[in-house]
Order: sequence, then C-alpha cells, then structure tokens
Amino acid sequence: MSAWPQLDLTDVATFPSRRVEAWKYSDLRRYLKAPPQPSPSAALTGPGPFCDLGGEAIVFVNGVAVGVDAFVASGEQALRLRFVSDAVETGHSTGVRVSARAGAKLLLLESHEGHGSAYVAHNRLTLDVAAGAEVTRIVLVEEPEDAISVTEAQVKVAPGGRYRQTIVATGGSLQRLETQVAHGGQGADVRLDGLYALTGDRQTDMTSVVDHLAADGQTSQLTKGVVRDTARGVFQGKIVVERGADGTDARMGHHALILGERAEIDAKPELIIYADDVQCAHGNTVGNLDESALFYMQQRGIPLDEARALLTQAFLIEVVDRIEHEDAREVVRSWLTERL
Amino acid sequence: MLKISNLHVSVGDKPILKGLTLDVPAGEVHAIMGPNGAGKSTLGYALSGRPGYEATEGSVDWNGENLLDLDPAARAARGVFLSFQYPIEIPGVPALTFVRTALNAQRRARGEDEVTAPVFLKMVKAASANLKMDFDMLKRPLNVGFSGGEKKRMEILQMALLEPSLLILDETDSGLDIDALRIVSEGVNALRSPDRAMLVITHYQRLLDYIKPDRVHVLAAGRIVASGGPELALQLEAEGYDKYLPQAA
Repeated sequence: MSAWPQLDLTDVATFPSRRVEAWKYSDLRRYLKAPPQPSPSAALTGPGPFCDLGGEAIVFVNGVAVGVDAFVASGEQALRLRFVSDAVETGHSTGVRVSARAGAKLLLLESHEGHGSAYVAHNRLTLDVAAGAEVTRIVLVEEPEDAISVTEAQVKVAPGGRYRQTIVATGGSLQRLETQVAHGGQGADVRLDGLYALTGDRQTDMTSVVDHLAADGQTSQLTKGVVRDTARGVFQGKIVVERGADGTDARMGHHALILGERAEIDAKPELIIYADDVQCAHGNTVGNLDESALFYMQQRGIPLDEARALLTQAFLIEVVDRIEHEDAREVVRSWLTERL
Repeated sequence: MLKISNLHVSVGDKPILKGLTLDVPAGEVHAIMGPNGAGKSTLGYALSGRPGYEATEGSVDWNGENLLDLDPAARAARGVFLSFQYPIEIPGVPALTFVRTALNAQRRARGEDEVTAPVFLKMVKAASANLKMDFDMLKRPLNVGFSGGEKKRMEILQMALLEPSLLILDETDSGLDIDALRIVSEGVNALRSPDRAMLVITHYQRLLDYIKPDRVHVLAAGRIVASGGPELALQLEAEGYDKYLPQAA
C-alpha cells in the first residue's frame, strides 16, 4: 500500500502510526507501544464456524500451523482456513499461501477465532487466482474486545480470473482487515464486500486497494456497517486504474448506520484513474434508521426495539445476499443474525 | 367505541388540533372531511401515536383505555390501524416477513399464540386472492417499487390479516385510478362489521361513493365544525369548504 515496511511484531519500528496515511484511522503504535511477548503454544478449541461445510483445513493456533501451512487448489474444492488465537497479552504472527490453478473453483472459508484477551495477532495471506480459476473467500472475524489484530491479504487475480470476497467482522480493540488486489483485467472479475457490526468500544478497519493493471477488468465493492455505543468503523477503499487499463468497470459503495450518539464512522473512498475509457463510480452514505419506517412498523404492532433490529438486519443483509455459494451464505446469515 | 374529548395536538410548537371532540360507535363508518391544513392527517397520526405529534390536552378513550397513554405498537395491538396516505417503503424486509412479524407481535402483546408459518401462508394466499394481488409480489421488500395502487392494496391486505377494530383511512383514494379505487374500496367494505369502527379521512367526496359513511364530519382549523349524514358530503362537494372557514377562524 505504501513504502511503509512490512509489519513485524518483533520490531516496534515497523508499527505504523497515524502519520502513515494508510493507517491514519488505525494508529497501531498508539495501541502497541512495544513488541508483545511471544504467545505460548495452545490447544485447538472448538470446530470453527464453517465446520459443517467440510472440505480441507489449514489451522493455526497462536501462529503455529497444526498441519500444513500452504494449499494449492485444483478442481472444485473447499478449504477452511482457521486462525485461532488463545492467548493473554502476548503476540503471534503467521503467514499462509493459497493458490488456485487454472480451472479450479475454490471456496476459501476463513475464520478468525479469538479466545483469551488482549492478544496481538498478525496474519498474512497470499492468494493467487490463476486465469480461469474462481476463488470465493469468506471471512468471519470474532475476537475479544481488547484484542489487537492485523490481517493482510495479498490477492493476485490473473487475467480472466474470478475473485469473490466477503469479510464479516464484529471488531476488536484495534482490528485491521486489509486486502490488496492486483487485478489482471482481461475479463477478470472481482467482488470485494465487507460487513461490520460493532458494539461497545470496538473498532474495525476495512481497508482495500484494488489495482487494475490491464484492460477490461471489473470490480464491484459493497461494504455496509452498523456502529453502536462508542464503537468506531473505518472504511478505506481505493481503486486504482492504471494507464492502459481501458474498459475497466469499477463500482464501490460504503454505507453505514450510526446507532449510538458517540459512535463513529471514518470513511475514505478513493478512485485514482490514469486510463481514459473507464466506468467508475463510488457512493458513500452514513445515516440513521429511517424514522418514518420505524413509526410505520410500530403502527403495525412491531415494538420499537424489534423494529430497529429488523431494519438494521435488513440493511446489512444485502451484503450477505451477494454471496453466491448457498450453504456458505446461510452459515454467514445465521452467524451474523446471532450477533446482531 | 372511540370517544375523543377536547383533543389538542401540537406538532413542534404549532397547535394543529384545538379541542376536537368526536364519538365513533362500533360498527359505524365516519368520514372526516376538510380543507387542506385543517389537521386531518394530524388526527390520524395523533390517534396512532406518531412521535412528534404531542397531545397537550384532552383524551382519546378506546374501549375504556386512554390511547394517549400507550406507545404506537401497544395501540396497534389493541386494534388501532392507520392506513397511510403514502405507505412507507421498507427495503430489505419482504412483505410476507413484515406482516407475519406484525401479526405475531400483536398476538404476543395480547397474550395469544403466534401464528405458524403454514397457517399464515394459507391466510395470506386467501386474502391476496380476494384483492387480486400477485402472491409473488409479497416476497419482495415491502412497498419497494410498488405502484401507488399496489401500495394501497398492500395496506388493505394488512388490514385483512391484522383484523383491526379501529380503522383509520388517511386519504386512501389519493393516487388511485378508478379501477384501483374500486378494488381498494371493496376491500375496505368487506371489513365493515358490527364490532369495527372506521374513520375515513378524505378531502374529496369521491371515495365516499364507494365507502358509504354513516356520519360525515367537517374538520376545519383543528376542530369539528359540522356533522351530518351522508348528504353533508354531497353538499361539501357542491359548495366547497369556504363557508366553514370564517366560522372556524
């Protein structure tokens, strides 16, 4: 995203502060003044939210791989990628590489399962989507409210590849979910969605950069969020259309509800276009629930709290409805509904 | 029955209703007519409890309870139904989900058992067929992209399913062509019953050709200034509201 060095939990000099533009809403150095002690090893707990969908699994507990730590998909496959943290005031890092060969259809079911408290987790995913391959990455993030986590995904979508991503997060003390997409164009099609529902003093930061490197690529991005209490949602979406990437079609939307007087949204959508013949649009709205809709619902007998919950869920569920894989969509739907 | 006594309602600092008194016995249909700005819609909102419509004086007795003490959902559970002049669009909530949620919330509030999904579906299929509504439309988000006529039909469908005992129709004819008006009116007329009171708020006499009132009241400058039988509506249509304006002022 910038010339800033790769984050390294053992080196405080790599912790970005808000003076680094890409981190201005997530001042890691303010939250993390010194490198954390390394997390001890821990036992794996629970089956994870995607256990009913089967498939292969890559599991990390406190940064340590339980089995393999890389995966190559060919044909139609499902892979559960579990980042489990079970630590108290310690830190751990991990990196994983996943690739989908030409013609592969990979359903990547990623979960961040946090136990313990005040840990620091740093996860890096490198994902290669070959020409003619399709990857759907679905990420569910649930961490303690005092946890710090940074997840960085580097996604390379080859010309003609398809990539679908949906991240759903409930926040942490400082939670950064970053996606960088190198978009190969030539019919490559990227959908990059996000959803956050934050309560208490939680924060989440959904940051993405999509770099259209060649002509005729599509990107569709929809992020929705709701913040209550003193929670804070951050959305930074950047779409770059490089010189020569004509015929690019890129759409970005971020829409949020602020349901607490002291809750906050920081949104920064950016389109940077160096090509001439492109279609790009972005929309960003922040608001409250519609008072006339709330009254209408109450007038029909729905109590105010229930009306609010129904409208909030209806607002967010649009993102879930965009998940094409039916079984995964239903897992996400019930996961989210239980947490609203 | 409904007994409104000396009702004063303000919106913000502005008094709109200024001592409105009106009785509607069960089984009767009363029309409220009046010029623009007389407070007709305010009456509907005040009876149903819309936030911002503050009753500063008076009472609204409904079957022995003062409605003004209850929140809007509690009023709905006691049978109050306001049909909106412009029904609200609820994106993301399918019409079927909306109505079932409302029905079951009302039933819970009254201490009754909830309606199960299969039973509810049967009820909706019958009611929508009566109103010549396409059932598939009910799977779409409530009122989103519906035409004016479809929205009004949706209101009537909700009435048929929620079975309110006090029906307030606010300018139900606005935005309807003749065919839609006939279907909507037939839907309302089908709900006439000895234990149901109706208040039909309208600017024009046209709607009353289809929904025949037992009594007609003229609302001007926040009060009822004249009452009579159905012939009063015809007289208003011929003469206009002018003669009531000086009297009210």
